[in-house]
Amino acid sequence: MKRRTFFKGTAVGAAAAAAPAIWSEAKAQARNETLLIVGESPPNSMDIHGVGANRPAYEVSWNTHDRLMTYGVKKDANGNDHYDYTKLEPELATEWDLKPNSVTFKLRRDAKFHDGTPITAKDVKWSFDRAVTVGGFPTFQMKAGSLEKPEQFVVVDDNTFRVDFVRDDKLTMPDLAVPVPVIMNSELCKKNATATDPWAMEWCKNNHASGGAYKVERWQPGQEVVYARNDDWKNGPMPKIRRVIMRIIPSAGNRRALLERGDADLSFDLPSKDFSELKSSPKLTVIGTPIENAMMYLGMNVNQKPFDNVKVRQAVAYAVPYQQIMDAVLFGQAIPLFGGADNKFKGVYWPQKDGYKTDIAKAKALMAEAGYPQGFETTLSFDLGLASTNEPLTILVQESLAQIGIKATINKIPGANWRGELLKKNMPMITNAFGGWLNYPEYFFFWCYHGQNAVFNTMGYKNPAMDALIDKARFTTGPEYEAAVKGFIDMAFEEVPRVPIYQPLLNVAMQKNVTGYRYWFHRQLDYRQLVKG
Amino acid sequence: MLKLLLSRLATAVPSIVGVVVVTFMLTRLLPGDPAAYFAGLAASPQAIAEIRTKLGLDKSLPEQFVGYIVDLAHGNLGNSLSTGQPVVTEIATRLPASAELTLFALILAVGIAIPLGVLAAVKQGTWIDHLCRIVTTAGVSLPVFFTGLLFAYVFYYLLQWAPAPSGRLDVFLSPPTHITGFYLIDSALTGNMEVFWGALRQLALPAISMAIFSLAPLARMTRGSMLSVLGSDFIRTARASGLAPGTVVFTYAFRNAVLPVITVLGMVFSFLLGANVLVETVFAWPGIGLYAVNALITSDYAPVQGFVLTMAVLYVALNLAIDLLYGLVDPRVRLDS
Repeated sequence: MKRRTFFKGTAVGAAAAAAPAIWSEAKAQARNETLLIVGESPPNSMDIHGVGANRPAYEVSWNTHDRLMTYGVKKDANGNDHYDYTKLEPELATEWDLKPNSVTFKLRRDAKFHDGTPITAKDVKWSFDRAVTVGGFPTFQMKAGSLEKPEQFVVVDDNTFRVDFVRDDKLTMPDLAVPVPVIMNSELCKKNATATDPWAMEWCKNNHASGGAYKVERWQPGQEVVYARNDDWKNGPMPKIRRVIMRIIPSAGNRRALLERGDADLSFDLPSKDFSELKSSPKLTVIGTPIENAMMYLGMNVNQKPFDNVKVRQAVAYAVPYQQIMDAVLFGQAIPLFGGADNKFKGVYWPQKDGYKTDIAKAKALMAEAGYPQGFETTLSFDLGLASTNEPLTILVQESLAQIGIKATINKIPGANWRGELLKKNMPMITNAFGGWLNYPEYFFFWCYHGQNAVFNTMGYKNPAMDALIDKARFTTGPEYEAAVKGFIDMAFEEVPRVPIYQPLLNVAMQKNVTGYRYWFHRQLDYRQLVKG
Repeated sequence: MLKLLLSRLATAVPSIVGVVVVTFMLTRLLPGDPAAYFAGLAASPQAIAEIRTKLGLDKSLPEQFVGYIVDLAHGNLGNSLSTGQPVVTEIATRLPASAELTLFALILAVGIAIPLGVLAAVKQGTWIDHLCRIVTTAGVSLPVFFTGLLFAYVFYYLLQWAPAPSGRLDVFLSPPTHITGFYLIDSALTGNMEVFWGALRQLALPAISMAIFSLAPLARMTRGSMLSVLGSDFIRTARASGLAPGTVVFTYAFRNAVLPVITVLGMVFSFLLGANVLVETVFAWPGIGLYAVNALITSDYAPVQGFVLTMAVLYVALNLAIDLLYGLVDPRVRLDS
């Protein structure tokens, strides 16, 4: 090759490569005012009350709708913004008057839906009636806060709305600020309702009857959602970012490449290994927040031999290779829930460290005490949908259990079947994760340890003493409450139907010029606080 | 001709009916409970039962099947649960994306493979023949997803020559007015050159990775077929009669050698339509393959059935088109034989 032609060639190549950046002025402008998020799974509905609405759909709903109240903000241990579950703040409601049997909300007078209709108390009632009536997840979530029937919701006048309580439940107020009780444009919905579909479920799946800080400008199902800021929004500080684009990039490697090249602004959906590597990148900010009230655990079916024997369960708890899991599977991206001083309650918070640590000798002794000195055979199942953590984790557990004579065969279950298998409650041993929205220990225990045997009590654990303590904690306060929480936490550690392993982190990677990220209990992104530039 | 066409179509009916029954049964027999999956995180058994009723999954299989057939007769393929949209609309918007990619890749592949195959046969044993061998061996031994990932890494991540692998268009461009659903054609028709170039740039890498994979069988087949024709008596006669080499190769040899190439082309095309799910995943291409795989992962019955049915219809149409093409290329081939 001649030198001259080589240089010519590279010059042309460089020009071609540089061309897109200066493509058009308008595009560069748009780029600066737009936040591009890349994700793995798309929303399947624009309506959070819809059948099977998924987590990305919660994100759409959260950013496009208002609720009566929202949560305040605090700084977490690392100085990042974190929602504050102890503080409820105004959103559509400007003030409220909490009485023993009811709460009365004053609604903002100049708030409007996206179509310009004023937001009034009748819209709030219609929306809440809808949530408690349509069944499925929204109704269930409302029930968690003792919000059960339409008669509880009363329109006093256009700007005054009252909720009557059916019982004294400390979760009622917090439950009014979760993603489910959104306020919808009742007139618009009614126009699109039919005799068989009085709540306009069909129409709302693809359309918007909202009044929140962002409007959906374009939705291409399975591909992208484009949002524009609602410049007439009154229910909070005006968001800084004008446009938000959430685009689906199925390959994790490409999501990382887009972030590293600066083409995308933010992503949640990367493997632990990528997050731990990106932490040292000078170009990106990575924030990892412990997911409140969540835990990855090893569950054992207490209704089957040999896990009906508490000594066997304790033996397993002493055989889990905790530190190896932290290092090799999670690359340190989690909070350990093992190796505490003892197996006792350490305060009114959850999850917390138990006293188990890897101690093969002790595990062997417990196996012998339980009458299984030779060990036994069992299966260890996991959800293939979360294989990137589950697979290496179960292999490490399998190796470690072999040392105390337990031969565990690994059983991989496809994501679509996992929920169905959990419901049957006949898997002897599983790894699984659970997280509760509302950050109260008894909320977690109500789902996971209570004898009502919800799907998340994957161990089929039933203990009347435990149930009594959980029920007591739900409806009491003060020292009595603390005693109940202490009681059920001690019991959970001693009986160990599930072995806590770690508290997962919610990781997010973003460009250095993106600030204002706030952790929310629903683990979706709130666009309203973000700033770019 | 019309009669032939109709009789040909009639033979396709049993296979379509078979596909309808088999996909219906298969999706029901597979383990997995869509009601449990879609009931959400905090589902109780009652909530799941409610969803099951809503989805009609509590009915008996024959009842569900009758319902499905009635819907099908009305052109309704049901609703996808994971995207919340009617399957018909989804397929209608996604099929052009897959078709544009596949056709573009195929044109690229044909444009390279056929001249290469012909040259390799004519100049057997020379460097061009060896080149053909290397290209085809490399093509079949590099799986599409691997070349796709490699290309994305080298040309996007390292060199920045290619745009971000983020779908059919750059994030800041709006899709062109919908005419055919093919972005290249639509943007050219509306004179929107910025979108045309944008779409072409996005298309380049995925199409090249697919083309590399599909040109191997085409080049091999062209070369083999050309060799056998070039060695036959009538070519020797043509050469002996002093016809120009170009005329011998193109008019006489190539026309006779092209029939098996068309067969392979049909096979490659149908194979690409199905196989491009891998490329679609790597390049975030919103095509039909990606849609079907996502639906399978979530036990979302309706899109899976719709996908298989669409593919079956497409294959039938494709085979028919290829049969007709045979007749045009070589009058000796009779459709009814």
